[in-house]
Amino acid sequence: MARTTPVKNAWRAIVWLTALTVGLSVLIGAGSIFGEDSTTGAASWTPKLALDLEGGTQIVLAPQLESGQTVTGEQLSQAVSIIRDRIDASGVSEAEVTTQGASNVVVSIPGQPDEETLNRIKSSAKLEFRPVLYTEVASAATAEETPEPADGAETPEGDAATATPEPTLATTPTATPTDASDLNWITEALFDDYSNFDCASLDSFSVAPTDEPLITCEADDSFKYILGPVEVEGSTITDASSGLISSSQGVSTNQWGVFPTFNDEGTKDVAAMTTRLFGFDQTDPRNRFAIVLDGRVISAPTTQGIITGGNPQISGSFTQETATVLADQLKFGALPIGFEVQSDQKISATLGSAQLSSGLIAGLIGLLLVVIYSLFQYRLLGLVTVASLVVAGVLTYLVIAYLSWRHGYRLSLAGVAGLIVAIGFTADSFIVYFERIRDELRDGRSLTGAVEAGWKRALRTIFAAKAVNLLSAVVLFVLAVGNVRGFALTLGLTTVIDVLVVVLFTHPMLQLLATTKFFASGHPISGLDPKALGAVYRGRAQFRTPTATKTTAGASREAARRQTIAERKAAEMAGTAKDSSSDGKES
Amino acid sequence: MASFSKFGNDLYTGELSVNFIGRRKVWYLLAAILIIVSILGPTLRGGYVFGIEFTGGSQFQIDSVEALKSPDTNAEAQKLATDTVTGVVADADPKITIVGTDSLRIQTEQLEPDESTAVGDALAGAFSVESDEVAASFVGPSWGADITSSALRALLVFIALAAIMMAIYFRTWKMSIAAMIALLHDIVITAGVYGIFGFEITPSAVIGFLTILGFSLYDTVVVFDKIRENTSEDGSESRRTFAESVNLAVNQTLVRSINTGVVAALPVAAILFIGAYVLGAGTLRDIALALFIGIVVGTYSTIFIAAPLYAQFRQNEPDIRNRTKRLIASRADALDSK
Repeated sequence: MARTTPVKNAWRAIVWLTALTVGLSVLIGAGSIFGEDSTTGAASWTPKLALDLEGGTQIVLAPQLESGQTVTGEQLSQAVSIIRDRIDASGVSEAEVTTQGASNVVVSIPGQPDEETLNRIKSSAKLEFRPVLYTEVASAATAEETPEPADGAETPEGDAATATPEPTLATTPTATPTDASDLNWITEALFDDYSNFDCASLDSFSVAPTDEPLITCEADDSFKYILGPVEVEGSTITDASSGLISSSQGVSTNQWGVFPTFNDEGTKDVAAMTTRLFGFDQTDPRNRFAIVLDGRVISAPTTQGIITGGNPQISGSFTQETATVLADQLKFGALPIGFEVQSDQKISATLGSAQLSSGLIAGLIGLLLVVIYSLFQYRLLGLVTVASLVVAGVLTYLVIAYLSWRHGYRLSLAGVAGLIVAIGFTADSFIVYFERIRDELRDGRSLTGAVEAGWKRALRTIFAAKAVNLLSAVVLFVLAVGNVRGFALTLGLTTVIDVLVVVLFTHPMLQLLATTKFFASGHPISGLDPKALGAVYRGRAQFRTPTATKTTAGASREAARRQTIAERKAAEMAGTAKDSSSDGKES
Repeated sequence: MASFSKFGNDLYTGELSVNFIGRRKVWYLLAAILIIVSILGPTLRGGYVFGIEFTGGSQFQIDSVEALKSPDTNAEAQKLATDTVTGVVADADPKITIVGTDSLRIQTEQLEPDESTAVGDALAGAFSVESDEVAASFVGPSWGADITSSALRALLVFIALAAIMMAIYFRTWKMSIAAMIALLHDIVITAGVYGIFGFEITPSAVIGFLTILGFSLYDTVVVFDKIRENTSEDGSESRRTFAESVNLAVNQTLVRSINTGVVAALPVAAILFIGAYVLGAGTLRDIALALFIGIVVGTYSTIFIAAPLYAQFRQNEPDIRNRTKRLIASRADALDSK
């Protein structure tokens, strides 16, 4: 009976492992056949390679500057850091972001970037909340309903925003506007500009001063707006997420939105703005506020209530992808300057395919050496090591192919080296385990007993040591940026797989092997020969006759610990004299 | 094989015992010398050499290179560019990339203005274009200060968390401290080797260092777990002093340490060999070197630094001191009575 349970457990573990492997394979297989139209594309059986091995695209970004404006080194390094964060947020692709010359940013990313990716990188993502002063459908070129353009001579807080007004029209309001919704912001000159404004001419990077009104259009050019000065700055956003918007009944609509979280200042500003706007009639355009991204209105909702919680939702014509991009952009902050793509060219791998193939050859040679050494050290037991390494290798490959498909993971040469080094880490679990089994055999246990007892002790050690590795992987992944994250992912992955393999494969294999005659009888080339391990002279509670010059204290103590009380007492009586005298010589 | 397993058996029983703990002063002295050399060596050589990923560097771009118009001659053009640059500035370490269809991008470490002009002229000559068709510019670091500071912060958080985790698992701070000192020893020596040989510190090398950090701690935890097992079973009536228990544990796991060290080092040695002798300098060599040294030093330091330190940290605890005194006294009696 005692034998059936480990065997049953062993088979169960192996079934689990097989299910896991087959499951992953089916997932990737299905992905490669049916995945064409999913957002991440079709799966592939070969993992994608990183910039250093495969090359990619080099995008040179030049800052968009007003005449006379210059870029400081500080702005540039801030831009590099924000762009890197944005790219990192889209997956673990190990992009390279650097500066070139005095003002350009060079982004090198693996593969061919699509419009979404370019937008993610280059757009400034400056978000503002402005009150709507006046709006109409954009196709109507002239205004029918004139909101009494003001004329007068008092000096306002600033000049009219965008254009050179015609000299006959007043550029200053009759009265100083009292708040951002005050129609006194609309001067004759501003309204004239507005009337002649063509949405098609709108430059998406137009930099409008925050304390002045702005003429702009809806993102799809359907509406034209005159907006008041900025009331809530995007820089007060601390975090942002994206998701499906739920209706007031809590039912999820099919519409994507972005949910920013504001800091205290932003929360206060949102509350102040909505309090004032809510006072206007729902039909008055001034009841609405516009969410302006890089100078364009992405949505201009009516104020349904006062927002005090600091987390309004931003709706608009988002897709899942554009909502995610905007949320990431808001999270990492606006770029200090907008950029335009100056060139977008393919680049070759910096390390040719020679490096990769040499790396792989080196890995194979290394693996072969490990196999030879294992067989030398552990004889046929070494084959279990080899089989376990193969299983770990297959699982790692599948998981990497999966991550490469779903999460944009790319294998760099450093990653390949990391995987090769993982052979050592993984093999160590087996070595710790085998040595424990041998220790148990030396203490005179039967093989099946030794496997179970050794496993209990080995597992504790393996878990403790792997936990340290996993901890380092998680901490580095969460806190570090750039290449270090890719490394952390590889380390974490191999650690988890290693534990899985030792629990679900190596131990079950040994449980099964322990029941075979070859291993149980301790055949000399099984690697578990009790005679070679010096166990025979020290069966349970039997001590060596004191022929050796040095002590056997280690073994007797280990053995003593595992005896029954009666056995121990007997042993103590028999051995006290010898132990106390011989023990002294050890030190 | 037979002799090796005999070796293992004897270590297990204590028949063969290397006195790691007792001779700790020798190991400490050795560690002190190695650390001093690792710190002084690079300083005398003039500090560490950082790759252009950290410092930024010079970039040359040549458009419409004839040789790139057919794919067969790509490799030739890249080799020509490398040779041309190293012919002018021997240690420029050029990285060659093909941009678009027929442009060549050459990045080197930061060059002096006159060197830059010389390299530009040499490239123009080599690719038969006018000097002004070689566009020279400066590239900033791709591994900027922000990446370094985030990596350092992550590292400090990790070390602190690992120390806390070990303290909780082993139920003593002293093991954490001993492990951290051994870790520091490994990092200083591994970094020292880079400095002394003047190898360039690249992002790959940094990743190698991080792997070593994990390996060193990992190895220490495995051996400490055996020490914990042995010493926690010692009662006050134990026949072995605390230091002897620690020493026995280290000896009992010695075969594991050797096997793991060899198995971990073999693949890395293969990469190092191929990387250094077949491919010359590059990512593979950079990362494998850090790893190889780190694995050897990491395995060594667990046995020769971490375990003796731990025994030393605890030797003055009242229980342990009393036990040691009693055992020394009773052994002296036993010898006298003979």
